[in-house]
Amino acid sequence: MSKYGQSFSPVVAGSALGSQAPAPVTPKSVPHRGGEPNPSAAAIGQQFAGAVKRVDVVWGETTVYIDRDRVHDVIRWLHDDASQQYDYLSDVTAVEFRDLEQPLEVVWHLRSLPYRRFLRVKVQLEKGTPLDVPSVWDIYRGADWMEREAYDMFGITFAGHPDLRRLLMWEQYSEGYPLRKDFPLRGRFSRSEQLRQALAANPEARYSQDELSIAEAFEDLPADMRRRLQRGDKVGE
Amino acid sequence: MATTKRTVEVALSTTGLDAQGRPQRRPLAVDEGGNVVTMEPPTAMEPDLEGEHMLINLGPQHPATHGVLRLVLELDGETVVRCIPHIGYLHCGFEKIGEYRQYNQIIPWTDREDYLNSPGNNVAFALGAERLFGIEVTERCKVLRVMACELSRIISHLVWLGTTCIDIGAYTPFLWAFQQREKVYELLEAWIGARLTTTLTRVGGMGADIPDGWTDMLSAFVSTFPNVVDEIDRIITRNGIWVGRTVGLGVMSPEEAINYGLSGPMGRASGVAFDVRRDFPYLDYETYDFDVAVGTNGDVYDRYLVRMEELRQSTRILAQTLKRLPDGPVNVDDILPPKSRATSDMESMIHHFKQVMEGPRPPIGESYVAVESPKGEKGYYMVSDGSSKPVRWRIRPPSFVNLSAIPRMVEGHLLSDVIAINASIDIVMGEIDR
Repeated sequence: MSKYGQSFSPVVAGSALGSQAPAPVTPKSVPHRGGEPNPSAAAIGQQFAGAVKRVDVVWGETTVYIDRDRVHDVIRWLHDDASQQYDYLSDVTAVEFRDLEQPLEVVWHLRSLPYRRFLRVKVQLEKGTPLDVPSVWDIYRGADWMEREAYDMFGITFAGHPDLRRLLMWEQYSEGYPLRKDFPLRGRFSRSEQLRQALAANPEARYSQDELSIAEAFEDLPADMRRRLQRGDKVGE
Repeated sequence: MATTKRTVEVALSTTGLDAQGRPQRRPLAVDEGGNVVTMEPPTAMEPDLEGEHMLINLGPQHPATHGVLRLVLELDGETVVRCIPHIGYLHCGFEKIGEYRQYNQIIPWTDREDYLNSPGNNVAFALGAERLFGIEVTERCKVLRVMACELSRIISHLVWLGTTCIDIGAYTPFLWAFQQREKVYELLEAWIGARLTTTLTRVGGMGADIPDGWTDMLSAFVSTFPNVVDEIDRIITRNGIWVGRTVGLGVMSPEEAINYGLSGPMGRASGVAFDVRRDFPYLDYETYDFDVAVGTNGDVYDRYLVRMEELRQSTRILAQTLKRLPDGPVNVDDILPPKSRATSDMESMIHHFKQVMEGPRPPIGESYVAVESPKGEKGYYMVSDGSSKPVRWRIRPPSFVNLSAIPRMVEGHLLSDVIAINASIDIVMGEIDR
């Protein structure tokens, strides 16, 4: 206990490797494909028979493609198992390809701080199927906003998330999901359509009565001042 | 006795002593008969508000929310019982725009996202794109990039320090911090010509080599800057007001910090000894001699201490880069051949034209490269389908993830402590909303 309150004993990254393990170094001349795979990929294959669809090693990073229904169990096991300890969730996001036949991918970037490992877990969602994956919020609290953002930008539903609302777009936004490839860069409507909507908009719905009454107050001004204002004279000169 | 308070005649009488033995002062009033009497304190207390909660809206235009963060706070008296953050007021769709830009054209966008750390973002993006292209940069370029990263860590921490001092009520360190920040901006201006939006790197190299005499400017800064850090340290580290307003606030245990995905000084203050520079190194950081500052209490005060130590460690790394800066080329020729060759040789000119107009094409693949930004683990995830523009460019913003833990940190604290805790996260809304 420190003077001011509870004091924590530090958690050191790389602690599971032991003091004899060599210090990590900057990766040099990484091959495009076929580098050394992360040992966790093979361990998942042994633990969950049939759940691993494919293992890719691209630029030294291991990607494990998992079956959608098993991904929550796999990530839970990666987090809890003493030989894996993927305790840190770097990122949750999704990828949609320009080739619209290609499935949409949900990507989890996991780190094991005790073993200093990095693993990418992917689930492929075929086009035409519901965009629905299990949430990992119950495993990693940090997944909260990342999953909300993926829902906001791609429309992927994370089953089990406690509060799946839009995050960056406003909650009433109903024109689609901005990072999908069928969403145009300029936004949902053309410039002319946006202008037409702005002109047709009812300003009283947006401004308070106080603000609107400033314009009406013109009628209350003395007649000579109104004339001068209409001529464009500067008031007070 | 009904008394009426007359503002003109309100004087102060000394009718007794208060608990500290000082004369007690009460305003005078005039009663119905015209006599001057001492006003009695009101006997009717305020209505009992126990059990009634008040909702207040902090931001998005509040100066202490560091941008356009909006926090809806449910208060019981002055205690926060619930906090609901709202973000997105600065959302510009950077990731969407990146899908329509060549790799080198995205680098200016990385300036504008975490705008206090522009050189660091440029380096991070270039590293990610180079992994995707399979390029190894030159030795001189690596050392220059380390200089850029550490300078931008210093300016980002100085802005954090200055604005947090203002939030907590100290004005002087703000001026000292911003004076030093100005010196770093002079260095960046001499290097690349821009101050805030630097666009310092290119895929495969840098936008410019350092000018003559620049290393002397940097070594002058490296030799004087620690004195200023010591001065700020002397004025606030043991200051009673500073300590009273920061100790024991927003405590996160190491296990919680890892589970919430906290990184950078936020995680390290909680005792998580995780630094991307040391644990997943890039730019040969393993060859530099520096310490990873780790706190033990996980509160606002430890976050301050960790950042102060990082300022010193960054200066240490800068001194080492000055010693080892090798001569040689800065850019590799794979991506952009030298302009001199393009003006003398037809094939090189065509190649140059195609590389500039159509953009270099990486092979099909993907890369996630994380760097230690001043805020934490900053990752760029890029997916290529073989064309000159990425299919997906994802920013993993550290302060976005750190901010998502704010309800856990502020609930149960006082309203005034929300300001200190929010300041300790070191948020940049440009990065959070993107």
